[in-house]
Amino acid sequence: MPLTDSLRDDILAAVPSLRAFAISLSGNGDRADDLVQETLLRALANIDSFQPGSNLPAWLFTILRNLFRSDYRKRRREVEDADGNYAKTLKTQPGQHAHLEFEEFRAALEKLPQDQREALILVGASGFSYEDAAAICGCAVGTIKSRVNRARSKLSALLYVDGADDFGPDNTVRAVIGSNG
Amino acid sequence: MKDFKAQANKKSAPGKQGGLNAEIQSRIGHQLRAMYDDVVRQGVPDRFAELIKRLDDPKPDSGEPAPKTDGRD
Repeated sequence: MPLTDSLRDDILAAVPSLRAFAISLSGNGDRADDLVQETLLRALANIDSFQPGSNLPAWLFTILRNLFRSDYRKRRREVEDADGNYAKTLKTQPGQHAHLEFEEFRAALEKLPQDQREALILVGASGFSYEDAAAICGCAVGTIKSRVNRARSKLSALLYVDGADDFGPDNTVRAVIGSNG
Repeated sequence: MKDFKAQANKKSAPGKQGGLNAEIQSRIGHQLRAMYDDVVRQGVPDRFAELIKRLDDPKPDSGEPAPKTDGRD
């Protein structure tokens, strides 16, 4: 369909979530914004192939996701920016404790296999249905469900099970408790 | 035709480890959305608003006065 004013407004309205998706995928704000820019250029260049009345955000997310994956393949051998610069993209700097927890979460998210990470973000954060997420990723609905489930268990293992001992009573406390019994 | 969303939710709710698992899952969901929404709340950076406007209007020098702002802030 042609680029009408309302379609342009709808594309613009999708930009904030496209950025959030790109940053969650790449963990890097600058790279994410480049991805969004390329997504918008592609979308506008191929606007004729957009079916009026179909899901515009899903269409845009599909473009971004495919760009990210081809980009990722190209960069695979390059050294990843270990620290990332995700925190710099945040408007509100969280407090120190929250910041630490946030960094841990982000690091755990980056440890997930890409398939699982994108499925979890699409369903758990972007709010797409399993069906839409499957269409965006070009796979079966059941595949998306199992990727989301695996992503959740892996995150909980990384964040809350392995680390459980760190937050338990320390040795002094254990000794005190022990001496009572 | 009904979808299977309701079923999927039902399936994930009573986890293997009972309440603990459900609590952890809800915490993960909360953190994920907090991270995501923080970026969403930043709105549309000028860079993208200008990009879309420029591509929308093939004649950048149309003789029109400055574009009217629509009170987006």
